[in-house]
Amino acid sequence: MTALSLSNVYKSFGPVEVLKDISLAVDEGEFVVFVGPSGCGKSTLLRVIAGLEDATDGTVEIGGEVVNEVPPAKRGIAMVFQTYALYPHLTVRGNMALGLKQEGQAKDVIEARIAEAARMLHLDPYLERRPAELSGGQRQRVAIGRAVVREPQLFLFDEPLSNLDAALRMNTRIEIADLHRKLGATMIYVTHDQIEAMTLADRIVVLRDGIVEQVGSPMELYNDPVNQFVAGFLGAPSMNFLPGGVLGKQAETAGIRPENLRIAEAGQLSGAVTHVEHLGGDTNVLVRIEAGEVLTLRLFGQHAHEVGDGVRVAFEERHLYLFDGAGARVR
Amino acid sequence: MLKARRNPVNVAAMHAVLIVYTLIALFPVFVILINSFKTRKAIFREPLSLPGADSFSLIGYETVLRQGDFFGYFQNSMIVTVASLFFILLFGAMAAFALAEYRFKGNTLMGLYLALGIMIPIRIGTVAILELMVSTGLVNTLMALILVYTAQGLPLAVFILSEFMRGVSDDLKNAGRIDGLSEYVIFFRLVLPLVRPAMATVAVFNMIPIWNDLWFPLILAPAEETKTLTLGSQVFIGQFVTDWNAVLSALSMAILPVLILYVIFSRQLIRGITSGAVK
Repeated sequence: MTALSLSNVYKSFGPVEVLKDISLAVDEGEFVVFVGPSGCGKSTLLRVIAGLEDATDGTVEIGGEVVNEVPPAKRGIAMVFQTYALYPHLTVRGNMALGLKQEGQAKDVIEARIAEAARMLHLDPYLERRPAELSGGQRQRVAIGRAVVREPQLFLFDEPLSNLDAALRMNTRIEIADLHRKLGATMIYVTHDQIEAMTLADRIVVLRDGIVEQVGSPMELYNDPVNQFVAGFLGAPSMNFLPGGVLGKQAETAGIRPENLRIAEAGQLSGAVTHVEHLGGDTNVLVRIEAGEVLTLRLFGQHAHEVGDGVRVAFEERHLYLFDGAGARVR
Repeated sequence: MLKARRNPVNVAAMHAVLIVYTLIALFPVFVILINSFKTRKAIFREPLSLPGADSFSLIGYETVLRQGDFFGYFQNSMIVTVASLFFILLFGAMAAFALAEYRFKGNTLMGLYLALGIMIPIRIGTVAILELMVSTGLVNTLMALILVYTAQGLPLAVFILSEFMRGVSDDLKNAGRIDGLSEYVIFFRLVLPLVRPAMATVAVFNMIPIWNDLWFPLILAPAEETKTLTLGSQVFIGQFVTDWNAVLSALSMAILPVLILYVIFSRQLIRGITSGAVK
């Protein structure tokens, strides 16, 4: 069943069009990630789904019902915000209970749901504390708990990990993935971080300037990007782009991923090492080739290359992605 | 790190400046207070000396309490100040919330219109206001003063509060909307507590001019039963003879309530002034 369906959604603020003709269907139980650079409209799209912004045109359906005119509280959604947005005057318990009280749920139902969410998110010891007495990670768990107790048809996450430090970000990411498995709920997740997108999503929606560039599973997007933007956005370090002529191709631009380049005696390109990053497990080597372009190579394991070393870089034809002048893929 | 920056000479200089400033600021208040406890002769002979055994006198306070309905004036001032502050804060905060929160046609224009009042003194319109009050039958009521002071205080209140309200996290308000809170609950329960320091700032800035005002009470409510404290104290100042004991005593007593209100607001006020500077 379709949990969320957007058809031809437009949103403009005055003369500025932020979303242009967005159509998308999300299946029940699916984890969909909206990803794109800042200002691409992904947060605005999430707010249109939540009902915090009205769509200028088009329809938003949640669970088969058109909700364009339905206020946020009645859409069967729950949202987790980047800044946690906990009510500062209420305890953790009060924060989680408020939405249910507004819905008019019975006291024992509220208690049971809070107990369940607290158990799931390990919040039991903090139920009587106020948000100010909690750390960032705990606050975000409370915010997630506040969403869970609502038992919504649709979870909306607005960059929930952006305010956490790196270690906590990974832990919380795993907790969200875990939550998705346990609840089997439909989740929409907005992020600018391609690692979050790749690791969490069933399907990724790549947005740029208010337009959907490509929709697909993480590996589909990684292995078969439709254009240069998607190819460059997913993957870290990002894909190398060269003028097609350098590699003897007709296409305007040729791209190749850093892990598909090797250093070899019989390499097709020659150049000099300009920088080396030793990461332990991987080594990133930057090579300036004779045509003047700098290529990033991602080598597995540890390699002793010095800046200034002359090297030859090898690649295989099948790993090349070719793009035309407008950035569209040439197959 | 803190210690390294604290050069004892700097600390001493800083305190010296602050102490000098405090002395200058408090000196007039001190002179009023000591002289209110002296005989008339002592006030003129040695205005700066403390009340001694032979110069001590409560005659000023006795005159004030005997002549006129001093407590009545007191009460009038209190009612006018507190009610005006209440309405300024209530309507100012609501207008500020609307300007800060909602996108509607003419939002900026409305903001400018409301801010215009900061630049144009309300006293310019005194004649028109008086005519208005006469035709609505509000002359010689406290309501007339409350209305005028509310109008006088609103522009600055809207201006300051809307800036602060723009600073309140959008996510918090949106979280409330998703949880089904009405806009009123979001305003009163989520936003107002967060802008409390700004509210205190607005309250203090408005309180003192209202409490001290002589102009509008004199014009709009000069009747005995609606006289405010400042107007009431004027009976002791004559064209030829002024009862200084009484004037100084009345002023001393008039300081008290403002002082109390100030203490109530001051903790919040300091937070309001330093917010942004100190996180």
